[in-house]
Amino acid sequence: MKQEYDVAVVGGGVVGCAIARELSRYRLSVVLLEKESDVARGTSGKNSGVVHTGFNVPKGSLKARLNVLGASMFEDMCTTLNVPFKRVGKLVVALTSAEAPDLEKLKGLGDANGVPSLEIIDSKEIKRIEPNISGYAAMHAPSAAITCPFRFTIALAESAVANGTDILLEANVKGISGKLGEFRINTTRGTVRSKLVVNSAGLYADHVARLAGVRRYKIYPCRGEYVIIDKARSDLIQRMIYPVPPKGGSGLGVHLTPTIDGNILIGPSAAYVRSKTSDGTTGAMARQLLKEARELLPGLSPRDVITAYAGLRPKTVSSAVGGFNDFTIEEVPELPGMMHMVGIESPGLTAAPAIALDIAKWAGTYLPLRSNSEFQPQRKAAVPFNELLPEQQAELVDADPDYGQIVCRCESITRKEILEAIHNPLGAQTIGAIKYRSRATMGRCQGGFCGPNIEKILEEEMGVRPTEMSLKGDGSWLFTGSTKDLRN
Amino acid sequence: MRTEEVDVAVIGGGPSGLAAAVAARKAGAGRVVLIERGEQLGGILNQCIHDGFGTKNMGKALTGPEYAQIYIDQASEAGVSCYLNTMVLNLTPGRELTVCSKEGVRRIRAKSVVLCMGCRERTRGAIGIPGYRPAGVFTAGVVQYYMNMRNLAVGRKVVVLGSGDVGLIMARRLTLEGAQVPCVAEILPYPSGLMRNVVQCLEDYGIPLYLSTTAVEIHGRNRITGVTLAKIGPRGGIVPGSKRLVECDTLMLSVGLIAENELAKKAGVALSPITGGPVVDDRFQTSVPGIFSAGNALQVHDLVDYVSLEAEKAGQSAAMHAQIGKLPQASIRVKPGQGIRYVVPQYISGTEAVDFSMRVAAPDLDRYVVFRSGGQTVRKMKENVLAPSSMIRFRVRAERLQNIGSELTVELEA
Repeated sequence: MKQEYDVAVVGGGVVGCAIARELSRYRLSVVLLEKESDVARGTSGKNSGVVHTGFNVPKGSLKARLNVLGASMFEDMCTTLNVPFKRVGKLVVALTSAEAPDLEKLKGLGDANGVPSLEIIDSKEIKRIEPNISGYAAMHAPSAAITCPFRFTIALAESAVANGTDILLEANVKGISGKLGEFRINTTRGTVRSKLVVNSAGLYADHVARLAGVRRYKIYPCRGEYVIIDKARSDLIQRMIYPVPPKGGSGLGVHLTPTIDGNILIGPSAAYVRSKTSDGTTGAMARQLLKEARELLPGLSPRDVITAYAGLRPKTVSSAVGGFNDFTIEEVPELPGMMHMVGIESPGLTAAPAIALDIAKWAGTYLPLRSNSEFQPQRKAAVPFNELLPEQQAELVDADPDYGQIVCRCESITRKEILEAIHNPLGAQTIGAIKYRSRATMGRCQGGFCGPNIEKILEEEMGVRPTEMSLKGDGSWLFTGSTKDLRN
Repeated sequence: MRTEEVDVAVIGGGPSGLAAAVAARKAGAGRVVLIERGEQLGGILNQCIHDGFGTKNMGKALTGPEYAQIYIDQASEAGVSCYLNTMVLNLTPGRELTVCSKEGVRRIRAKSVVLCMGCRERTRGAIGIPGYRPAGVFTAGVVQYYMNMRNLAVGRKVVVLGSGDVGLIMARRLTLEGAQVPCVAEILPYPSGLMRNVVQCLEDYGIPLYLSTTAVEIHGRNRITGVTLAKIGPRGGIVPGSKRLVECDTLMLSVGLIAENELAKKAGVALSPITGGPVVDDRFQTSVPGIFSAGNALQVHDLVDYVSLEAEKAGQSAAMHAQIGKLPQASIRVKPGQGIRYVVPQYISGTEAVDFSMRVAAPDLDRYVVFRSGGQTVRKMKENVLAPSSMIRFRVRAERLQNIGSELTVELEA
């Protein structure tokens, strides 16, 4: 690990990781600083995983440009980085004739933003393509897609590392001093110097800017809760099902999103919270989400719920104002050399690859962008065993017996995939890091059977003692020690 | 791909699978394979180091491993072929299994299949406790595994949510090992576990059991620091003013068991919405001919003794099916009536004696369990103490079932 870099990126969400990976195409030394035990621990890991088309962002806005450009890059990036991507399409459903004019408005905006193939369909056509959904009319956006937001972020980070970027986990930035060409960043893992600084700290972008003396930003966390439905119900919908966007709301309305792994997400809600750590779920909202989802999909039952989670949107409008602001992506006159990305809420995931292009261009105004001839765009990953045909599975096991040992039974995740996750290039070694890379423990038993096996493999492979293990770093320990120690 | 032909394939090497496989061999089935995904036979019994197993069918109280060993020895003597570390990936209605192990992925074609996959624990997510998602929330079976199999303690101050049997047994075990168990909270107005466990595991150790109480919030972002408990009123709402915070470093859940039936679904087996297990007849044959089911995959039991007895019957039927090629599907429907939550089997043939198992809907005292068909009382027995946690079992002799109509109702009567 060096201490002097060309660029320091603060924040390992999807935007920071996309930037680090984009910069690794050039002969620049880059460090990414992340305060948590892994990347994608904040908003980037807790959203709907939707690659938006851009039909509901204001024309001429930064959001519109970056969304449409990002969406056009996304599929290729997923292929290159070995991340799942599915163009499932989206229906925005008007439940009554009163909501129908809103669909026309959305379509007009989408057409103006250059979104391809939008069309309005009637109730009969809705029934034909989504038999379990009822509505008066809908706007169909066939190019809307889904991905796995945390695996996409992790893949970007791993690709960046493979191409020479340093990623420092559990490096919480405590202070930023100096100026263009000679920034000093104090972190809980030591001091880093860099010529340029990129502030992609998500919810904490205002805080990181303030550490550098830039006091103009304020982020209002807005919680979105989700409920996850068992894969057994995956046949209920084929596409994303959205309501007409609520007027003056802070989110896109409670929607149904098929996930890349075959679950259905219900959510997110939108509720401003006071603290940037208030990402717990509430019982009332889980019930409300299920109730609203059942208006769209009467076949859902509370028994189908596997679990719930919540994420926080980094909004730059307060609850009193409501609605949406455009993204803020700027270098401020009082501190040249530091780029701030503030309020990158939806469609931030979709826009991330496009934002990264802009940031590379900006870096090029200060530093020479010579291409890194060793840049390897492709990222290898363990083959997802559960998606293969039996004959292909047989071949894999013959070639590598670790594929023959199923560790996570609900998701059919093999020992091979767990091993790959444990030996990840970022060196993230929490149970959570293994979970987000391999999907193990994410099924209906939520780790009841495989949790102990994963813990055992982690101990055998990396020599991590049980008392050193954690769910997600920072005090999230799993064991007090041996049973006999309870007496002490 | 390699394909193997067998007479009976038993899926799951826990108590039900062991008993079914042994019984199938004893009943004359040729090649019987027992397929277990873990590294040893015996299933969950291996981590149940407390005693009380075998009191009904062996006349003595054994520990889980001792009880399992009896059947493991029998399986070996009977010539059952055991495949360990082997996972069944798929099962077709035509009884073709795709199995996977380090040795490869291969197919098994079976004349009969017995589904003995057991059950899994209901999780925090499934019961929807709100709050943060910190470390330190475990199901009771996982705590039991760590403590009894790995000698690892998950915490020092453990609140127990739910009063299922595993939770009660672990409350005692944790206390004996020196952890503190401040309380057990149960959302229902009565315990979910057996009365003998409430007495032996809680009362004997002075652990309070709060009924009509549940967890309404989990505190702590990294490791759990506490849980808010609240009283639940008769209509399911929180009783105002009843919320209180209990500090802890662990929340252990014992909130129900769910029959594991992913493979049954793949094979198109009809499942009961109440038991979560297959709908079976008195030979334990499911809606798919030649596929049988027993043990916790069929219905969650409270005593392993009855798991073994049930699985023996299923294994014998599987052997018979393998030999004859076809077993008639029973057609007399058994329906739960007043006060009865479910009855297994759901269909009977009326030609042989049937051991019925059932659970009542709510606790009660001094009731008659009455079997009726076409206005006639077929059998009537008195039960003094009835609780949903205690499975009721009754044998009805063949001669009483011979001339009944197309439906048999089981209900409670004063």
